This record gives sequence, C-alpha cells and structure tokens, in this order.
Amino acid sequence: MAEIIKINDNTYEVPIGHRPGMRVPGRIFVSAALRDMVEPGTIDQVANVATLPGIVKYSMAMPDAHLGYGFPIGGVAAFREEDGIISPGGVGFDINCGVRLLSTDLQAAAVQPLINTLIDALFEAIPSGLGATGRLHASDQQLTETFISGSKWAVEEGYGFESDLTHCEESGHMPGADPSQVSVKARKRGRPQLGTLGSGNHFLEIQRVEEIYDEPVAKQFGLFQGQITVMIHCGSRGAGHQICTDHLEVLSRAVKKYNIEIPDKQLACAPLGSPEADQYFGAMVCAANYAWANRHIIAHWTREVFERYFPGSKLDLVYDVAHNVAKIEEHEVDGKRERLYVHRKGATRAFGPSRSEVPDAYRTVGQPVLIPGSMGTSSYVLCGSDIAQELTFGSACHGAGRVMSRSQALKLFTGQNVKAALNKEGIVVKSTSPGMLAEEAPQVYKPSGDVVDVVHNLGIATKVARLVPLGVSKG
Amino acid sequence: MPGGPNYYRMIPFEYLEHTADIKFRAYGKTPEEMLSNAAAALFQSMVEPATIIVKESWKVELEASDLEDLAYQWLSEIVFLFETEFAVFATFSVKLQQDRNESWKLQAEIGGERMDLLRHAFENEVKAITRHKFGIKKNDVWCIQVILDV
Repeated sequence: MAEIIKINDNTYEVPIGHRPGMRVPGRIFVSAALRDMVEPGTIDQVANVATLPGIVKYSMAMPDAHLGYGFPIGGVAAFREEDGIISPGGVGFDINCGVRLLSTDLQAAAVQPLINTLIDALFEAIPSGLGATGRLHASDQQLTETFISGSKWAVEEGYGFESDLTHCEESGHMPGADPSQVSVKARKRGRPQLGTLGSGNHFLEIQRVEEIYDEPVAKQFGLFQGQITVMIHCGSRGAGHQICTDHLEVLSRAVKKYNIEIPDKQLACAPLGSPEADQYFGAMVCAANYAWANRHIIAHWTREVFERYFPGSKLDLVYDVAHNVAKIEEHEVDGKRERLYVHRKGATRAFGPSRSEVPDAYRTVGQPVLIPGSMGTSSYVLCGSDIAQELTFGSACHGAGRVMSRSQALKLFTGQNVKAALNKEGIVVKSTSPGMLAEEAPQVYKPSGDVVDVVHNLGIATKVARLVPLGVSKG
Repeated sequence: MPGGPNYYRMIPFEYLEHTADIKFRAYGKTPEEMLSNAAAALFQSMVEPATIIVKESWKVELEASDLEDLAYQWLSEIVFLFETEFAVFATFSVKLQQDRNESWKLQAEIGGERMDLLRHAFENEVKAITRHKFGIKKNDVWCIQVILDV
C-alpha cells in the first residue's frame, strides 16, 4: 500500500499502487485537520474507483468525504464515453438526493415570533418520517409523466411556477428518461411517496441569512443579511431506492458478462453503450426527475404555508442542486474536449460562468452551490467557479460529512437532550422520531465551516452567504 | 456442521460499528436460520420489535442462481414489503431448496401487522440493502454480513 502524498495545503494524492489495478491516482481535497478525519476505508474506496475502466484524470473525494458503499460519500469520477462505464455505486440508492433553497422577502424579525407555529404547520403540510404517504395519490400515468418530465410535470399540475424551472439543475427535468426500465416494484414504492420528505438526514429548514461574504453575488442570488430562507433536502424516495436495487442485480450479471474486474460488489457496472448501461441510465434519469418533482411539490406546499401566515410574501427559488447523480457532460481532458459520464455521489455540481448549463440569471457569476449544514449548524451558499472545471470536473462538496456512527451517537445523546440543546440556541426542532434527533445530533458531523473553507480556498466554489437554522422539520 | 466452538453459543445477530450506515452480521446453524436472523436484524433496525404484534402473515417466494443473490433479494423484498404493504414484521420463517442445476429457491412466511404510527416505535429509514462487503461465510455456523443504506 503506497503512502498518501501531500500535493498542497488542501490536496492529497492516493498514488497508483495504493491498491493493485488503479488506472489513475486518487485526489482527496482536504485540509490537514480534515485529513485526520478521513478513515482508511474511505481512502480505499477512492482507490477502488480508480480501478474502473475508462476513468479520466483522478478518482476524487471532496472535503466532506466519508465511508460510503462503492464510491466514498463525496466521491467524484468521470468516465470516457468510448471505453468507460456507468455504475450505480457512483450515484447511490437515493438518486438525485439534493437541496433546494427558497429566498423570501421577509425579515427574520418578522418571522421569529411565529417560528413554532410555522414549523408545526410545515410539519403538518409536508408528510415525513417512516411510513409517510403523500397527499398526492398520483395515478400510474402521472407517475410515468413524473419520471419523464420531473419538475416540468409538477408545474403543469399546478405546483410551483414556470419561472422556477430555469433555477433548477437540468431545469428540473433531465433528458434520457426511459420509464420502461422502471420495475413494477419501483413504481409501487414511488407512487404513494411522491410529495414526502423522507427520514434520516432529510429536512426542511427555516433559516436566517447570518453573514454575507460576497455582496454582489449575494445580490445576484437574491440574498441579503437578516433575510428568511427555506432549505429543502430530500431525494427520490422509495422509487429511486428500488431502481438502484433492481439495476444493481442486472449490473452484477453484466460485470461477469463483460469480464470487468471490480474490487467491491457495489461497484457493479456496465460498459457505456451496452444495453445494461443504457437501461440503468434511463431508469436513473426517471428517479432523478421524480426527485426534482418531489422537491417542487414540497416547495409549493411550503409557499402555501407561508401564504397562510404571511399573506403576499414572495418565496423565490434561488436554485436546486442534485448531489447523487451521473450526468453526460463535456470537459477538457489533456487539451481535448471530451464527452464524459460524470458521477457525483455526495458531491454538488459547481459550474462557473463559462458553462452554458448555468441559467441566464447567474451566467455572469456562476451557479449557486448549496451546502446544507447538519441539524443545528450553518448552511452555506457558494458560487461555482471555472477553477472547478480544471480541478474537479466542476464539482464541490455536498455537506458536512459524518464522523460518528449512529450507535455511538445513541450512546452519547438522547433525542430529548439534543432538542433541548437546540432550543437553548433558539432553534425549534420537530421530528417524528426522538431517536432520529440523537443520531443526527450536530456533533456527529464534521464542522461544516471547515469543509466549506477547503472548497473556498481551493477556489472551486467561493463563499457567498452563511445561513443559520431557526426551525427544522425532520422525518 | 455441529460441534465447532461457536456452534452452541451462537447469537442470532450483532450490529457492528459503521460511521454512516448500519452494519450487521447474522448467524445460523443452517442457511435458513441465518436468513431468518438476517431479516430480524434488518427489521430491528427499522422498528422496535417489542412494539409489533403478529396478526397477519405474508408469503414470499424467490429464486436466484446462488445463495448470496438470493439473500440480497430476500432482504430487499422485506424493505419493499414494509413500504408497499404499510406493514411491520416480527417473525420470519424461511425454507430453502437447491435444485439440480444448483439454483436456489426460497419460500418464506413473514408474520406481522399493519403499521400503526402511534404504537410502533420507528428507528431508521432503511433505503436499501447495499452490496458493499455483502457476503456469506460458513465456518462453525453460517454467517452473513450486511451494510444497510440509511
């Protein structure tokens, strides 16, 4: 096993030879302090990804990297179209788990006295937690339309506005969906859950803009000091989980068929252009679109609740990012423009002004990059930069990253004392399960500020604003 | 085979440390017992078993080319049934059969009841069974290792 090499203050290399079969080196973007928190298993996962066919430049891990399955969480890798692969191990089960940020025209002082009522109303309006079903009761036909058109379908059904669409990655509907590759089982799981938040680390949060780092860009994003914002973090629910489960089975067989050596069964994959790869991609896009529709519907219900308590208030969509997805993108490799399948698993796209994918409203500055904090800690808004093109295929971190296991958290904290500690800081929390609060205690994550500083210092995305939680609704 | 040092003091399952997800090992004197214990380990991470009363049963039939694939399908099926039947489970009786061309068949009966959000104590939302470090070994007893995505 070769030693990890320090390249600069925020970059470490996992050299070829760390494990047999590596085609490219690994790159882990962390500071010295965060480097100590990266488990050996995470480094091994970076090295495992580097063995996959057609990988370009580096197998990468963002500063929030931690132990995953297949790819590490925070993993980014790109594969050439000609000789590369696609793997659900680089996307995850929660396909297009992502974050949406709504700005408001409300000052914190006006909202804070009503925070308890607001969180109760949001908790009521947006189903969450285990066993929750949506208020939507989508038909099979509607489900198919969701898979094909995502947020666009939601807007046609009366959820949200047409103008919201350009403020979503992929305009909230990614091309290439193939609903015939979605099993009956995935449909059965997905149908009742459309319009639900889910559980675990998913949340809906009312926040206050605490600090502005970059005034002109903040203005461009519609953010100002003391403003109320709403952040929604959720994904494709059972539909995505089942699609990944189903296709893992197909791709496990494909690995044998195409004679691909993989170091981890979760890295099951198929050569790009093969029927198995096309089938997985078509199904994955369905899940991604479902997730965008889901966040669109939840945002609509959030607007309804605000309208009830603050009539005439305006909630604008700042942006919506995916952080578990594989996409076809063009990037420069050795001076040549190449079409690549970029896998981001627990990593956010962070495109700068040079990319045509950035919506017109942000084209002069770069796309908003949304980094949710752990429960009770700050979230950050950053701005994508062209430096990310060179360093990370236009990618940044996605959150704080866990450092403590759930069982350890349950030994140290109870839901009640976590809630009491948050209340003391003026943060209202509502959850279906007290155990969940203990497992998601702020202390189980890396300090989100440290993670964001690495991204900022590398220049792959720069800090725009810091948001602090006032109220959290969790599953 | 009976007689190994761990055979008579076998525990049904145990949870192991994992930073982000849930990892467990389930044991059995037979592959049937191992799969039944694995299902119990999976479900205990989702709902507190003491809060479940067995009132109904669900039948499962699966087939796979090897035992490992069958085990993966079996555990995935339980997550699927939980979400689509809106039911919680406490007992898992498993029968296995290996036919001449070596493919495995599973027949199981799962006991449980419909979800009651007020009475059942929910723990984790298991998104899926991962294939990361998923494997079955047979020493003194059968052992399966599983990591759940939560």
